[in-house]
Amino acid sequence: MIRLSAAEMATKLAAGETTSVALTQLHLDRIAQVDGEVHAFLYLDTEGALLQAAAVDAKRAKGEKLAPLAGVPLALKDVMVQKGIPTTCGSKILEGWRPPYDATVVANLKNNDIVILGKTNMDEFAMGSSTENSAYGPTHNPWDLTRIPGGSGGGSSAALAAFEAPLAIGTDTGGSIRQPAAVTGTVGVKPTYGGVSRYGLIAFSSSLDQAGPCARTVLDAALLHEAIAGHDPRDATSINAPVPQVVAAAKAGDVKGMKIGVVKELNGAGYQPGVRARFEESLELLAKAGAEIIEVSAPNFEYALAAYYLIAPSECSSNLARFDAMRYGLRVGDLDGASAESVMSLTREVGFGKEVKRRIILGTYALSSGYYDAYYGSAQKVRTLITQDFTNAFTKADVLVSPTCPTTAFKIGEKANDPLAMYLNDIATIPVNMAGIGGMSLPSGLADEDGLPVGFQIMAPVMKDERMYLVGAALEAALLSKWGAPLLDQAPILGGRA
Amino acid sequence: MSTLSRDDVAKLADLARIQMSEEELVNLAQEFTVILDAVARVQEVASADVAPTSHPLPLRNVFRPDVVVPSLSPAAALSSAPAQEEQRFRVPQILGEE
Amino acid sequence: MNLSYDEVLAKYEPVLGLEVHVELNTNSKMFCGCSTIFGAEPNTQTCPVCLALPGALPVVNEKAIESTIKIGLALNCSIAPFSRFARKNYFYPDMPKNFQISQYDEPICVNGFVDVEIETEDGLKSFRIEIERVHMEEDTGKSLHVGGATGRIHGAQYSLLDYNRAGIPLVEIVTKIIPGTGKYAPEVAKAYVAELRDILRSLGVSDVKMEQGSIRCDVNVSLRLIGAAQLGTRSETKNVNSLRSVERAIRGEMIRHAERLNVGERVVQETRHFQEDTGLTRSGRSKEEAEDYRYFPEPDLVPVAPDVAWIETLRAALPERPSIHRKRLQMAWAVPDKEMAAMINADVLDLVEATVALGAEPIKARSWWLGEISRIANDKDMAISQLNINAQDVAEIVALVTAGELTDKLARQVVEGVIAGEGKPAAVIASRGIKVVNDDSELMAAIDRACMAQPETAEKVRNGHLPAAGALIGMVMKETKGQADAARVRELLLGHLGQL
Repeated sequence: MIRLSAAEMATKLAAGETTSVALTQLHLDRIAQVDGEVHAFLYLDTEGALLQAAAVDAKRAKGEKLAPLAGVPLALKDVMVQKGIPTTCGSKILEGWRPPYDATVVANLKNNDIVILGKTNMDEFAMGSSTENSAYGPTHNPWDLTRIPGGSGGGSSAALAAFEAPLAIGTDTGGSIRQPAAVTGTVGVKPTYGGVSRYGLIAFSSSLDQAGPCARTVLDAALLHEAIAGHDPRDATSINAPVPQVVAAAKAGDVKGMKIGVVKELNGAGYQPGVRARFEESLELLAKAGAEIIEVSAPNFEYALAAYYLIAPSECSSNLARFDAMRYGLRVGDLDGASAESVMSLTREVGFGKEVKRRIILGTYALSSGYYDAYYGSAQKVRTLITQDFTNAFTKADVLVSPTCPTTAFKIGEKANDPLAMYLNDIATIPVNMAGIGGMSLPSGLADEDGLPVGFQIMAPVMKDERMYLVGAALEAALLSKWGAPLLDQAPILGGRA
Repeated sequence: MSTLSRDDVAKLADLARIQMSEEELVNLAQEFTVILDAVARVQEVASADVAPTSHPLPLRNVFRPDVVVPSLSPAAALSSAPAQEEQRFRVPQILGEE
Repeated sequence: MNLSYDEVLAKYEPVLGLEVHVELNTNSKMFCGCSTIFGAEPNTQTCPVCLALPGALPVVNEKAIESTIKIGLALNCSIAPFSRFARKNYFYPDMPKNFQISQYDEPICVNGFVDVEIETEDGLKSFRIEIERVHMEEDTGKSLHVGGATGRIHGAQYSLLDYNRAGIPLVEIVTKIIPGTGKYAPEVAKAYVAELRDILRSLGVSDVKMEQGSIRCDVNVSLRLIGAAQLGTRSETKNVNSLRSVERAIRGEMIRHAERLNVGERVVQETRHFQEDTGLTRSGRSKEEAEDYRYFPEPDLVPVAPDVAWIETLRAALPERPSIHRKRLQMAWAVPDKEMAAMINADVLDLVEATVALGAEPIKARSWWLGEISRIANDKDMAISQLNINAQDVAEIVALVTAGELTDKLARQVVEGVIAGEGKPAAVIASRGIKVVNDDSELMAAIDRACMAQPETAEKVRNGHLPAAGALIGMVMKETKGQADAARVRELLLGHLGQL
C-alpha cells in the first residue's frame, strides 16, 4: 500500500477500501522501520497525525465532499512553520521552538485534509546541496545509505524514496527541491515565484525562495501543487491570479507539436556521462512522442552561479539577523554582567553552523558600503541578463530542458570541505530561481556507472507551470513504458520487506 | 585578486553580531579569497546600461486595507521568550544607544 | 567661559538641518493588522509580523501610503512615480527584525518647501525651508531600562521590551540644509516645526503631540565663519520634545560649537541628547565611524507606483494651508502683524479661533488668551495648551462679561478657578459665590453707608474734588467683596453727590 502513488491512495480512500487512520498508521510503521537508517524526519507528530486522520475519516463517513488528496499523509520540510510543532530549520538556534502560527501552505494542507506526519530534515536554513549541513545529522539516500540525498530538502525527497510518505513539501531557492528529487529518483517542482505563498516559510533568500510539491509521480505533484498554490494577501510577492491547471496538464501529458529547447550551456563539460546518457535518451523519447527538439543558447547562464552566491547570502545575512536570542530561540551566555550584544554574538556563534556563518559573512560583505556596486549590485544586473536569456529562449521553445544536476548522489563527506565544489551541484537549477520561472525534476533513469538516479529538468516560462506537467507527464509515461515498472522498484530494500 | 584579511573578517563578524574564534576568522579569510574570485565574475557583464532586478515579477502597489486584525495574545507572543518579566521580553543590559 | 549668543554671531553663521519623524494615526500598523492604540497593556498588540517571528512577511498599509502622499503634497513635494522600500540593517533589541523597513534612494516624495514667517527687528521676515525628501518607515518597540539610577540606559542591569509600538507607521521629513538664518536660527527652526505640526494636524494624518512622541524632532547644527564657503562639522541633537526645546537646543548647540572652535578644538560629529532641565545637550553615540546600514531593496515588498489620478484626487482634497488660513483670520479680525505673530508664537491661534467660533468677539477672545491666560501659563512655566482651560470655557466667560453678569475683575477670578481645577465656569461661580452686584438699589444702599461712614470725604466730592471719590468707591467694593462693578459704583456715587 505504501508503494502506491498518492492518487492511488486517494482513490482507495474514496472507495472506502481503507481509512486514513489505517493509511497513516502504515506510514508511521514504515517510518519506525526505516528511519533509523534514513533519518529523513526530525520530528514525528504521531498523535497529531492520527487525530487529523481520524477527523478526515469522520468527515468522509458523514458523506462530506472532500478535497482530492484528503486523508493522504505528507512529510513537511522543517523550514515551514507549523503551529505548536517543533520547527527547527535544521538549526540549533531554533531547537525546540514551537511556532504560535501556521504557514499559509500548512493552512492550505489542513484545509485539504492532508495528514501531516512530521517535519523533515534539511540543510540548516536551506543552505546546502546535501543535507550534510543539518545541525541534527545528515539524511541518507535510500538508494545508497552512504550517500547524500541532495539538499537542502534531502529529508523530504528521501522520505518519498523510502516510502515513508507519498507526498512531501519542499522549498527551492537554488535547486533545493529539484536536486534532491534528481538524486533520489523522485519528482520535485519549483512553481513560478509567487505561485505559492511564502508566509510562514522561514526565509533564506526572499527573492528566490519558493515552496513546492514533492512526490513520486508527476500527477501526485500536480495534485499537491493545486492544493498549496494560490494568492495570499499575507504575502505581498504572491501572484494574484488563478492557480495554474496543472492536474489537467499532468493527465493530458501530450507533447505533440511542442518545441523543447535544450539549453546549450547546461549540458556540457563536467556532467557525468551517465547523467548525459539518460538525458539524451529522454530527449529521444520526447521526440518520439511528437515534440520537436531544438537547441537554444543562454550565454549569461555561466554567470548565474556567481550571481546566486552573492544575492542569496546578501538576503540571508539580513533575514537571519532576527535570530538574536532576544525573543525566541537559543540564548547562551546570559550570565552576570553580560550585555545584550555579547549574548547575541555568542548565541549566533554557537547556534549557527559553519555554512550559515560563511554565507552571512559573505552577504554582509557584498552589501557593505563601498562594495555594494561591485558585488550585490552587479549580481542584480546579471539577474536581468539571465531573465532576458530565458525570455529570448522562450520565444523559440515552449519549455527548456537540461539534466537537473551534473552528477549522481555523491558520498556523505565527499564534498563537505570544498564549498565551491558543493556549490557546483546547483549550476543547472540556479538560473531558474534567478528568473523566477518554474522548474521540475523527474527521474530519467539510473546512471550506468553507479546505478544511481538521474534527474531530467523541465523549465517553463513565468506563470506557465502547466507546461512542465504536460511535458513531465509525457516523459514519465514513456519512461514507465520503457522500464516496465516504476524506477523506485529498483531501489534497495530497506529495513526488511517493504 | 580580491582578498579579505583576518581583520576584515573580524569587522564583518562584528557587524553581523557573530563572536567568531580566531581559527574561524583565519579560515574564513582564506576561503574568501577563492570565493570572492569566483563571485567577482559578475562584474564582467554587469555594465552600466543593464538595470538591476530586485523582484523576479513586475508586481506593483500591493497593499492591505487599514483594518485592525486580532493580534496574538500576550501569552502566545511571549511563549518562546528566553526570559520575560511583567509581560515584557527581558533582555540583558543594552550597551549601545538607541 | 560661556560665550554669549551675540558673541557667537559676531564671528559665525549657523547652518541647520531638521529631521522630523511623524507617527501616522492609521488604525493598524505599517506592515501588519495589529492595532495602534496608544497605552495598551504591553505586548497585547503584536503578531508574527511585528514580532519578527521566523517566516513572517510585511504587507503595506494602504492608508499609510495615502497619508504620506498627502503630506508630500502639502509640503509642495513631487510625488515619485516609482518608489521602493529598502532594508536598513543594524542590530538593536527594540527592532525585532534587526533591520528597519524604510526607504533609501527611492523615497516617495522629494523636493518640496515650507514657508515660515518670523518676527525680526526689521519686521516680519519670510524664510523658505526646502524639503529634501519625505519617506515612510516603521517605529521600534519601547524599552524600559531596569536597575539603573535614572531609568535611563546607562547603568541599567537589564531591559524589558514592549513591542506594541513596533511597526507603527512613521513618516520622516528631511530638510535640505538651511543656511542664511543668522541669529534667527532658533526662531526659524521653531517656526518650521510649528508650521509642520499645523499642516499635519490640518491634514488629519497624525495626533502631532510632541509630548506623546507622535512628532519627534532631530536638529542638526553646524557653524562656519561668516562668509566662509565650506560647511562646518555638524552635531545631531535628539530628544527634542517641545517647540521651546527646539529653540533652546539650537541656541545651546551654536554656543557649544563656538566655544570649541574659539579655542581651536574641533567639533565632534556625533549624536547628542537634549536635556530638558539644563537646556544643554549631552554626548551620545559617536558618528565618527558612521554605521554601515547595508541598504538594499526590500525583497518582500514590491515597488509603489501611485496612480496619477489618485494623486490628483488627494491634491484636490487638501485642506486650506495653515498660512492661508492665518492670513484669512488676520484679515477677518483686522489684527496687526505684530499681534498675529504674538498669537502664533504663544501657540494660541487655534484656541482664539475656537473661542470666536463659539460666539466671542475676536478682540475679547484675543485679549483673554494673549493676556491673562498667557500670563498664568508663564508664571507656571507651562505651555498654554497644557493649562486646564479650553475655548468653551473662555467663550462662556466672555459671554458672561458681555451680559454684565461678570466684571473683568471677577472674570479673572473665574479663569483662575477653572485653571486651578475647580470645575467649569458655572461651577466656579457657584462654589466661590461670585456674583456681580448690579442691582442699583443695593449699590445705592452701600454708597449711602459709605458716605455716612466718611462724611468729610463725601463733602470733598460734593465740592468738586473728584479724586476723593476713590476712597468711597473702595469702601463699597470692600463691602461687596469686590463683586460690584466699580465703574457703575463710581457713576452712581458721583450722581448721588451731584457731580454728574
